[in-house]
Amino acid sequence: MMKKKIIWSLWAVSTTALLGYLSMGLFANEKKDLFLPGPVMHGHHQVEMQCSTCHTDPFGGGEVLQDACTSCHAKELKTALDSHPKTKFTDPRNADRLELIDARFCVACHLEHQPELMHPMGVSEPEDFCVHCHQDIGEERESHVGLEMTTCGNSGCHNFHDNKALYEEFLLDHKDEPDLLPTALLPTTDQIEVKIKTINDQSIPNQFELSDPDHKKWLASDHAQAGMQCQHCHGEVANWSSQPEIEVCADCHKDETDTFGLGMHGFPWKQGLGLAKVSDSFLPMHSDAVHKEVDCQSCHGSHDYDIQQAAVESCLGCHDDTHSNNFKASKHFQLFEAELNKEVQVGSGVTCATCHMPRMKIENEFGQEKLIVNHNQSDVLQPNEKMIRPVCMNCHGLGFSINALADEKLIKNNFQGAPSVHVESIDWAVARDK
Amino acid sequence: MLKKLSIATTVIAAAALSGCGEEGTAGIAPEVYTDSLFAVMKSDRTNYTKLIVQRLGPNKGDYIKPNEHWEDMEEGAPLPAQMFRYGAEGVAEMTDTFTYSLQSIWPVNKQNAPSTAMEKEGLKYIADNPGENFYGTEELGGVKYFTAVYPDVAVSPACTTCHNEHKDSPRDDFQLGEVMGGVVIRVPLS
Repeated sequence: MMKKKIIWSLWAVSTTALLGYLSMGLFANEKKDLFLPGPVMHGHHQVEMQCSTCHTDPFGGGEVLQDACTSCHAKELKTALDSHPKTKFTDPRNADRLELIDARFCVACHLEHQPELMHPMGVSEPEDFCVHCHQDIGEERESHVGLEMTTCGNSGCHNFHDNKALYEEFLLDHKDEPDLLPTALLPTTDQIEVKIKTINDQSIPNQFELSDPDHKKWLASDHAQAGMQCQHCHGEVANWSSQPEIEVCADCHKDETDTFGLGMHGFPWKQGLGLAKVSDSFLPMHSDAVHKEVDCQSCHGSHDYDIQQAAVESCLGCHDDTHSNNFKASKHFQLFEAELNKEVQVGSGVTCATCHMPRMKIENEFGQEKLIVNHNQSDVLQPNEKMIRPVCMNCHGLGFSINALADEKLIKNNFQGAPSVHVESIDWAVARDK
Repeated sequence: MLKKLSIATTVIAAAALSGCGEEGTAGIAPEVYTDSLFAVMKSDRTNYTKLIVQRLGPNKGDYIKPNEHWEDMEEGAPLPAQMFRYGAEGVAEMTDTFTYSLQSIWPVNKQNAPSTAMEKEGLKYIADNPGENFYGTEELGGVKYFTAVYPDVAVSPACTTCHNEHKDSPRDDFQLGEVMGGVVIRVPLS
């Protein structure tokens, strides 16, 4: 009898201890890997340990996960004029197709925690997934007879979601464009309209007096020129903040900080996990930059707010991959230097930011448009055809742009030379139009 | 959660509302229900095609450009078939008591060709028997549906011109008043 009691007591103690250990794992960040079924895809690695970012309700099923996907990606899909929205699949006539791939849900193709299934773009389905609905494409398009279904998504042909630069009519409208357009200029962003508040107490704490060089930088900045004072960012002396946070910048630069929060630079901040750390990046970074964190000042500087610095040197100060390291040998950079030297028209220069933080139109809830610098550097990165219209086609013809972005070697050497790849999409569209 | 239309439930509800307290056989027959839905759809579709696309499009005023890629064009306007689909998608967001779609055995977009056996039968029937509708039941994805197919007729030159000239259209000889396709309405049955 006594022996049984001891065994039961041991069982109760060990079960309670195990329960406590696992429960701690649910609530303590550093223990959550106990419940991680597998690594998440590259785009989500920064929030891997914050399960609640996607699993917003412990009792939710597919719909809950779907809401989590759309809470971040719905706007992007709307802007892309998504070719395969959920609404295309909800009619019961698609029931047999949904048994193969339930395309009403993002996770049908972008299955998380399954790195062994992952293809580029975070796609977990086999690369010939188009076959389920488009197996007869050869009957409609002579040019497509005999093509492998794994080639549909080759660069320059089709994307599942974003075909804004690839649909047939667009190809035909731009079929005759030269490699370099006669007017190769970037659009000018719209002015930020802000009413500058009156500062009553203009004093500042003594220890925060700016050094002379920094003061000169500040006086030359757009902020100072616009009539701003120290207190607009640092607060009045009683609530002085020596390092204003991103939220302070957001007071005037909402569009920029909103888009920043959607990209890899700002995603952890937006999700309440603190600033993104360079050391956490999966990309090659300079060893002397690994201690850095990413906020507005880390790229724009703390008092000069130099957008030219932010557009090139700030990027190259951290990023240490082949493409980045080849930038200064490119014609794009030569044009940027020429612009700085006032040798060419403003808008002629091409920087890292030109392509990765492009000047793009956004639309508010009232349908009003404005042109902003999109600080979500992931937005046009993958698939890279997303870059064609907002970036490349400011200066280059469509055919050249498609070919250049399909040429991996050219991308690596940062576009030094002409594309060695020829994508036939425009040729096929022209042939069918005759 | 799928809300299935139960004709029996409708009958019981109607009887209870009438106060007679008896389960009768009166109620909305499924074809009356789908006929009514189709009447609204047809009316709206005809009005958009005639009053907007034909009147303001390239056939007459030339103020707008009806085009599949209308969102990407300054003067673009949705095609009548897209306008119809947007309606169906909007309805699908509000209710799952019925669904509808526009199909044809001569579609411009091949994804709009009939795919289920009943769609194929129904689309052929309404094309072979102008002025008649088609009704039946089918099971899709484990759910039984009452399926009705209605003729979609060329009501304006906007319909025939576009479909006869489109490079993806399998026909170039549509005539005004001719059946060009069909509206398929489905009601899930419990």
